[in-house]
Order: sequence, then structure tokens, then C-alpha cells
Amino acid sequence: MKNPLDSLNQTIGLGVVLTIVVILLIHAIA
Amino acid sequence: MELVSFDWWLFCMRWLHILCGVMWIGHLWYFNFTQTPTVPKIPTELRPAVTKFILPEALFWFRWGAMGTIIFGLILAWMNGYLGSAIKLGIGDHSAHNTTIGLGMWLGTIMWFNVWFIIWPNQKKNIGLVQATPDEVRKAARLAGLTSRVNTLLSIPMLYCMAGVHFY
Repeated sequence: MKNPLDSLNQTIGLGVVLTIVVILLIHAIA
Repeated sequence: MELVSFDWWLFCMRWLHILCGVMWIGHLWYFNFTQTPTVPKIPTELRPAVTKFILPEALFWFRWGAMGTIIFGLILAWMNGYLGSAIKLGIGDHSAHNTTIGLGMWLGTIMWFNVWFIIWPNQKKNIGLVQATPDEVRKAARLAGLTSRVNTLLSIPMLYCMAGVHFY
């Protein structure tokens, strides 16, 4: 399987997904 | 606002933190959005212009930008009085603000670690500052490149936390 980090678009997509995770984490912790 | 007031120093640290942060993330995005996708399209005989001249200079501003960002960021958090709370992600303090800035600080710290302890040591082999076999150079360039991509990924939620903290 190809490493998603080899694709700039997939890297950005993962960054957006991680941002959503971070937003949920903020609401879960605080 | 008087020149030597606490608020002025607070702003000064924020200003220096942002200046260094732009220097750092600007170069990170230059590597990932411009240099890495473009170098394979350059004729082989012209590539040393990038790897021998542009890359070493860009790496200098990149890694020292990272160092300045974390130093001024930590001073800023300390002056704001939330350094300790942010390090423990605001847990127990019921502060969404400190949870948000804390997550941003941890993401930024992981990125700083990646720059100084993974990307730079491996790039030193890639640009010839450290002796290495061609196979070691290939592996070092691959690891540095992937870690740089990880930092590009982390920069997106990190900047959400840094720039969006005032919503919390």
C-alpha cells in the first residue's frame, strides 16, 4: 500500500481530519 | 501604552513568536508544496543548484526559525500565566482556552523535536555535511522527507489551536 504521506493532497486531507479530532478533543477535555 | 509596560513586552514576545513561526512554517511549506514536488522535474545536471545551494540555506532559516518559535512561545505562555496549565492540557482547570493552546503547544513541540532530532540530522547526510554511503544518503533523505510531511500534516491542527484559541 502506498504511504499517504507521499501525496501532498492526502497529507492535507489527514491534517484536516486531525484538526477535527483536535476540536472534538478540546470539547471532550474542557 | 508606555514602551516598557508589561503589556508591551507581552506583545513583543508574541510578535517575535509569530515572526519566527512564519520563518519556520514558511520554509516547511516551501519544502513540501514547492521544492519536493518540483526537484524530480528538474534535469539531473541542474539539481545540485537546489541541493547544494538553496537547500542548505533554507534548512538554516528553517531550523533556527523553529528554535526561535518555541523559545519565544514558551516565554509568552509563561508571561501569560498559563504555561503549567497548558502543558497538562488544562485538565482539572476547566479551561477550554488552556486545553486548546496546550494542544497547539504540544503539536508545535513535537514538530520542533522532529526538526532538530530527525529532519536536520538526516538532512546533514543528504547535503554532505556528514559522511554517508549512497545507500545511507537515500535512507536519510527518505526519512527526512517523510518527517517533513508529518510536520506539514501537524501544522494544520497546530495552527487551528494557535490562531483559534480566542474562540475558547
